[in-house]
Order: sequence, then C-alpha cells, then structure tokens
Amino acid sequence: MSAAGMVQTTYREAVRAAIRAALKADERVFLMGEDVGRYGGCYAVSKGLLAEFGPERIRDTPLSEAAFVGAGIGAALGGMRPIVEIMTVNFSLLALDQIVNTAATLLHMSGGQFNVPVVIRMATGAGRQLAAQHSHSLEGWYAHVPGLKVLAPATLADARGMLATALEDPNPVIIFEHVMLYNMAGELTADAGAVPIDKAAVRRLGRDVTLIGYGGTLGKALEAATALAADGIEAEVVDLRTLRPLDTATIVASVARTRRAVVVDEGWRTGGLSAEISALIMEHAFWELDAPVGRVCTAEVPIPYPRHLEQAALPQPAAIVAAVRATLGR
Amino acid sequence: MSEFRMPSLGADMEDGVLVEWLKQAGEAVSRGDIIAVVETQKGAIEIEIFEAGTIERLLVDPGTRVPVGAPLALVRGAGEPARPAVAEATPPMPKSEPAPAPAAPSRPVARPIEARPSEATRDRTSPAARQLAAVRGIALAGLVGTGPGGAIVRADVERALAKTGAPTPRRGIDPGEMRKAIAAAMARSNREIPHYYLTHQVDVTATLAWLEALNAGRQPPERLLLAPLLLKAVALTLRDFPEFNGHFVENAFRPSAEIHIGTAIAIRGGGLVAPAIHDANIKHLDELMAALRDLVARTRAGRLRSSELFDPTVTVSSLGDRGVDGLLGVIYPPQVALVGFGTPASRPWVVGDRIGPRMVMTASLAADHRASDGHRGALFLLAVARRLQEPEGL
Amino acid sequence: MPDSTKPRLTHAHLIELLRQMLRIRRFEEKCVELYSAEKIRGFLHVYIGEEAVAVGVMQSLAPGDAAVATYREHGHALARGVAMGPLMAEMYGKKEGCSRGRGGSMHVFDAATRFYGGNAIVGGGLPLAIGLALADKMRGRENITACFFGEGAVAEGEFHESLNLAALWQLPVLFICENNLYAMGTALALSESETDIHAKAQSYRIPSEAVDGMDVIAVEAAARRAVAAIRAGGGPRFLECRTYRFRAHSMFDAELYRDKAEVEVWKKRGPILRFTEWLKSNGMLHDTEVTGIEAEVSAEVDSAVVFAEAGNWEPVEDLTRYVLAEKRA
Repeated sequence: MSAAGMVQTTYREAVRAAIRAALKADERVFLMGEDVGRYGGCYAVSKGLLAEFGPERIRDTPLSEAAFVGAGIGAALGGMRPIVEIMTVNFSLLALDQIVNTAATLLHMSGGQFNVPVVIRMATGAGRQLAAQHSHSLEGWYAHVPGLKVLAPATLADARGMLATALEDPNPVIIFEHVMLYNMAGELTADAGAVPIDKAAVRRLGRDVTLIGYGGTLGKALEAATALAADGIEAEVVDLRTLRPLDTATIVASVARTRRAVVVDEGWRTGGLSAEISALIMEHAFWELDAPVGRVCTAEVPIPYPRHLEQAALPQPAAIVAAVRATLGR
Repeated sequence: MSEFRMPSLGADMEDGVLVEWLKQAGEAVSRGDIIAVVETQKGAIEIEIFEAGTIERLLVDPGTRVPVGAPLALVRGAGEPARPAVAEATPPMPKSEPAPAPAAPSRPVARPIEARPSEATRDRTSPAARQLAAVRGIALAGLVGTGPGGAIVRADVERALAKTGAPTPRRGIDPGEMRKAIAAAMARSNREIPHYYLTHQVDVTATLAWLEALNAGRQPPERLLLAPLLLKAVALTLRDFPEFNGHFVENAFRPSAEIHIGTAIAIRGGGLVAPAIHDANIKHLDELMAALRDLVARTRAGRLRSSELFDPTVTVSSLGDRGVDGLLGVIYPPQVALVGFGTPASRPWVVGDRIGPRMVMTASLAADHRASDGHRGALFLLAVARRLQEPEGL
Repeated sequence: MPDSTKPRLTHAHLIELLRQMLRIRRFEEKCVELYSAEKIRGFLHVYIGEEAVAVGVMQSLAPGDAAVATYREHGHALARGVAMGPLMAEMYGKKEGCSRGRGGSMHVFDAATRFYGGNAIVGGGLPLAIGLALADKMRGRENITACFFGEGAVAEGEFHESLNLAALWQLPVLFICENNLYAMGTALALSESETDIHAKAQSYRIPSEAVDGMDVIAVEAAARRAVAAIRAGGGPRFLECRTYRFRAHSMFDAELYRDKAEVEVWKKRGPILRFTEWLKSNGMLHDTEVTGIEAEVSAEVDSAVVFAEAGNWEPVEDLTRYVLAEKRA
C-alpha cells in the first residue's frame, strides 16, 4: 500500500468511522446509549453522528442500563441490528441481568428459535484517575458466559474493523474499548474495513517467551518485548483480540515454540481471564513448557484515585520484563 | 386396584411424614379430593388424589416417614369389585427406623505410606525437558540445569544430546551412529515393551482398481501410490482407538490428541528412520503423497527436522513392492503400536461361493500390552481393513 | 368488520372464551398430577384461577403481535395458540417440546406465534418487550407487544426503567400486570408502599386501568380498548388485572402465608365458575354444551400426554447446540 493510501487517525476516530459505516450500510443499525447524541458520547466516540443520522438512529437514553440494554436485545429479536453503548463496564453491572440471563440464554433456552444479534460496546480499564467505580476491567466476567462473544480491539485496524463483523454475527457480541486507547494515533489504510473476530494475532515474533495480552495490555506487552530485546531476549507477543471464544490454537502454537508464557491482564488475578489462559496452556502444552506460566495482573485492590497508586496497581512493562526473566531464570 | 403413593412435590423432596388421613378405608374419593396431610421441610402440605374410587386400605399410620413414591393407600377404582376378604398380606410400610450401620470393612484399609523422595531434594526438570529426555533415552541425573532456580530445561537436554553424539537430525545421518541408535531403541523396546501381534489378510482388489482408475487420468508426478491410502486408513481409524496412539512415559500411557504417523523409511547404505507425517488424519491423500515424497527425499539427504523424529505417535511400516507377505514390527518407544503392511499379491480367494484370483495384502499390528489388549487390537485392525476397502472414504 | 374495541358477545365467541379457559384449567390440573408422578420436574407454576387474564387479553391481539410472559406462562402459551402437544412435551423436557425441551415449564418459546417466553427473572421480560416494540416502531410495522408480569415485578427497577422508556419513546406496548396479591409468599401490602398498582403507571404518563381479572369479558373489553389506542399511535397502555391463584405458588409450597378461608372466598369468584353461571342464567349455555366442551378438552389433554410420552430425549451429543447460532437467522 502506498503512502497515499494511508490516513492518519486515532482509535476514537476509527470506532466512529466503523459506526458511521455500519449506519450507512444497513438501515436496521442504530446506536443507543447514555449521552451518545447531543453530548457526543462520554468518550466523544459518537460526536457528530446525531447531526448526520438524526435522533431516531442516534438515540439518547435515560440512565436506565437494564431497560436500554434489554431494549437493544428486544430490538435485535425484532429484526434490528442495534449498537448499544454503555459508558463503562462498571455501569454494565446494572444491565448484567439482561446480558447474562436473557441475551446469552435465549437461543439455547428456546431450542434454537431466537438468536440475539445485538452488539454492546463499552469502555473498560484504568489509567485516567477515575477511581474505583469507573476503572475496572471486568471483561473476564463476560468471557465466562456461554452464549456471548467478547471482543477487545487493541489496534486501529481492529477498532475500525471488528464492529462490522460483530454486526454480521447472529450472536450477542460485546466489544470492550480500553479508555487509554481512544487517543492512540497512527495510520490506517483508507479502505480499512471488516476484520475477522475468531482469531488471535501474533503481533511480534520471538523465540524465548510468549507474552499474551489484549486491549489495554497489548501496548505494554510490546513495550516490554522491546526492552527485553535489548538484552537478547526475544519475546513473541500474542494479542488475544477475542476473549470468548479464546483462540486456543494460536496460544498453544506460540507457547509450544517458545516453551514459556507470561499472561498480561488488567483484570484481577483471582478467578480471572489470566487464570483461564494459564489453565489452557497447562491442558494443551504442559509437556512443551520449560517454566511455570507467569502472570502480570492488576493488584487485588479497587482502583485508587491518586496517580501513583493507580499506576502501582496496574500491570506495567517493568513487571512484565521481570516476569519474563523469572521464566528464563535470568 | 391401584396404589396411592407419596407424591413428589419438588426435586428436593425425598420423603415426608404422614400427619393425618383425611379419608378412611371404605370412603369414596373423587379426583382432586384432599385425602392426607404430609409434613415436609417446607411445612404441612395437603395431598390430593388424581382418581376416583374407594379407599380400600390405608397402608401407613400417621407419624410415619415415607419416601417419595412409596404406597400410602390402596384405592379401588369406580366399578372395580371389592377385594376378597382373604387377601394376600400386603406388608405395612415399616415405621421409620435408624438406617443399618454400614458393614465393617472386611480388612483394614490403612496401608503404610510408601516413602517418596522429599520435594525439597528433588531436582527440578521442566516438562519439555522430561519429554525430550524420555523420547531420546537420556538420563536426567547429572545434567546441569540452566532454567529458573537451576531447573533442567529442554535446551540442557539438547546440549547433552549433542555432547553424547546421539544423532541430531540437523546434522545429516551418520550410518554408524544410526545403527547404534536403532540398536539402543530396539533393544529397549524388546526389553521394556510386552508386545502382542495380530495379523489379518485383506482383499485389496477393489482398492487397487480404484487407485489405478484414479491414476489413469494423472501425469506420473501426480500419481498416488498405495502408501498414502494405508497411512490415511490407519490415521482415521486411530481416532476411534486412542489406546494405540500416544506415548508410554513414566509408567503411564498418555494418548495423543494429534495423530502423527511415523513412516518407516529405509536409508540407502543401511539403517532406517521413521519420521512423522503430522496430523495425518486431516490431510488429503494428495497431501499425504506429497508429504511422503518430501520425507523420503529429505531422509535420504539427511535433512530431517527434529520435530519429525520425535513427534510420531504411532508407526506405519509398509513393505511396498519388496515382495514378502507381511511383517511383525518392533515398536519404537515410547510409542505403543506399529502397523505393518505386506506386499499385495495375487492369491486364490473365496468370493461368494467361488474361488478366484484376488489381490490380497497382510496387515499386522504390533502393540504394547501395557496400553491395550488383543481384543481392541483386533477391532482396530479390522476397522483399518474396512477403511482400506472403501478408498472413496479416505 | 366488527368494532375491534368491544368484545363480540355472540354465542360462538362466548363459548370459545369458556373453551379456552377450560383448556388451560384442565392442562394445568394434568400438569400437577404429572408433577406428583415425577413426569414433570423442576419448578412448576400453574395458572389455575387466573385463566381469564390470558384468555381475555389474547383475544385482542393480531397474529403479527408479540407476547412476552413470565414463568407462570402455560396459560398464555395455550391462549396465544401454542399447540398443547408440544407444550406438554416441553413440560416433560422432550425434544418435541416447543423449546426442544431445553426450557421446561418456565421457558416456553414459540417463534410461529411470536411468543417470547417464559422469562423466569421477575421483571426481566419488560426491557425485552419494549425492545420488540421499538423494533416494530422503527420499522413502521403496526404490531404491538403484550407484556405480562406479576405484581411482584413492580418492585424491580426494570419495571420502572421500562415504563419510563416506553412512555418516553411512545412505544407500542401493552403492559399487563397480573396482580394475584402474593409475590410467592409475600403479600402486596408487605412489599409496596402504594398498593394501587395502576396508579404507578400514571406517574409515567401511561394511561392505565384496573379491571376485574376474574371476569373474562371485562378483561377482553379493557384489552381491546387498550390495544386499539396503542395501534392508533397512542403509545403504551397499562392494564392491572386483579386476580388470584387458587393453588400454591409452585408445587412445593405449604401456603403458610395465607388463610384457607381467603382462598375459598376467591374460589367462589373463580373465572370459569362465574362465567359458566352467568352464561347459563342468560340462557346462552346448556349443560350438554358444557359436557361436550369438557369431553373435547379432556381428549386434547390426553392426546397431549400421549404426544409427550411418545417424545424423544434430545441426544446428549446435542448438548452444546444453540449456545451460539449455527447460521444467520
């Protein structure tokens, strides 16, 4: 692709471009959520869309997470393709009943009669000093639930491309956008579009250890890999992309090559996604391992407000480097 | 006559105590009548009857705990004649009694605990290093570990292998070293593996005709030999017989989810290796043929990959056109089975009630009795034969 | 075309109302019997005593309309047109059940009649119903969605969020509160500060009405008025049907929370009993007709049981089918 085919963009603009393209491509698509219209979206993702598409398709909702998420599920059953935005994953707990008890169960419980093609987007993660009720990474909870698909775009291409594929999917799909990524800038091809949502991606090749991250931790894993390379340690970096269903084959193939793995997860360690990935490696690649699987997770505290404590609680490149060294014994 | 039973009012109800009879023997009842009260964990519940008739006899006294489904009363249906006066005795429900004490075990179960080396003094060895050492017959004792906490890792085993001069596949093939390696592996096999052998003659006339027809339309480089059919038939059958596919390591058989077939290839100038064709069960016949050609070429050039040498989960040895009827193989440890195929030859054969010439091939199985038994082996070999006779399914 | 806002008081229609209520009553009685015999398991909530509500409301719906109900929904499914055989097979958990046996008593679904459950989270069906109505409104379809729930749901946040959103967006939903006075064992007065439930809807500017839920004609009339107003573009409507369940909440319930005398009083007002007496006193029903309907219903229930008994268990290999959709619907 020539330089002329590349455009400068940000993660926020890529998500907005994806929503705009979906609204243009399919009249059944509409966006609804708190402050998505007049305010322009809590993280300014939907800014400008109300003027372009009108209040029928860019719907501001009351602060009623259960009702508008449930309405999205019902509208999907009724033939629409709703994109429901929840401000943050912490607020999604008010809609957990609708997501877990209804969206995830209907198809199976009805014997295959009613599938729910809804897409639910929400912000996740810490780093903006928003303290303990706006900063958590609970995507692992959703990844626990059969009947849901869970995505975590970590790159511009995925921010631009995952939504279209999610809307095509007949199942409920939840997309987690990490708050620290919205300002991430870079280049994207002018014709960037839909991307697959069923495969993890190897973002960096290496022979000594596999770093497994997603969403907000991908950049930190890559940063740690660069630091390790300076010392002659070549880390391979796997971006999970899809948290449910997990792409076990890609994880296992990488670990079988490098014989070591460190999982980097902004969720808490106990009972979390990192535990699941570690268990998968035990089940599928135990005899390939040269060291116990390492984990770098968020400290087991509610996320605190002051910057130094917040940063101390989160996975950081230095901790990833240390975890890698521990698996190598050097 | 029918029985009125203790109803089940919830999945968590196991029994109930009959508190009161609201109907007595001789009284008429109709569908929906409440005839008893039963005390449950959730309180007293009135129990209704679902048929009409007359209570012939109450079988349970108030105060009795009765399991769900046990008869509480006998009911004579409307129009049914009254019971004769001399009836066979229906044993009354036993009153609740304590459950009998469990029988004493016939012999003491306590056994002395076997001494095990303390974990603190045990050398750390990574799973990957253990796996390689087991496959290559390297002793871990004495190796110097360079992993976390001084653990022996795979690289340490590889270094040891390089030092002892064991054939490393990256360096080509030394006939003398190869003979030593074969000697060590085969001696270990016969020493450690309790082999059993089965043979079966297979009519492959139709299979060969199918192959000939297929090849008729192809240029020589694209033509299929019989070998990929044999590999595919074995690979597909193994999916249903996991006890022949995997490794016997550290006193236990570990079946393998993948099917990597070691394919015995003779080397000019003597010697034999059996490198793996990976995932043979999911490769098309043409892919298998290509893989086979590639393996033979690289084997003879001494350019095999280590994974090809260590990954096989089973071995297939085919005599091709070398003219003998069959072979009984020596299993390559730590595998647990070797499937052998002789040279197909024209033989007098009974087809229907006539004798005629047919192409017949002898298939054999050498298997490890620690991992499987002859009965399963026979089923396996028959299933391989059946698949071979239906080449369209391969 | 008759005026759709009024019940048709023809002989044939009145007999049909009676027949529908009797189908539900006899089906539920058979379910109780089969539960006691361990043919039906799990939780079983029967609709005996409340038949007039589902039968009356369903009269007002058109084929393209949707219905969302609760875990006490056998009556709604029957009145909506779900066949009795597959419904009974669902009670058994057989593959021939209307939800393939996956849901059981609490999760009846049927795409053909747009019957969306069978929701066993109290209040959980309301957001779903407004979403179905939102889709109809956005697509310009004339369908409405009927959403049934008990008075217990009124205490849930989802009730208030959904009423507000439905009114705010003027969605074509008919909310039907089946007020049977007890949320399991908790009496209305013990759980609500305002026990006049239809007044709550008015606080969201949803026109509402309380009707005698034991009177099938009154329910049908109120539902027809409400549905006509919704179809005319008037936004949501709310019906509070005051009713009573004659049997326990579920099978395993000793009914410690209410007096038997209270139950007896309500039984004298039973929807089938009162309707039958009214029809007879007006010369619109003869004993021979009742016998005929009963025989017909009994035969239908018997053949539903035969159908369920003859059904098959879904193969265990299919356990994980339909966790995710196999293809685009």
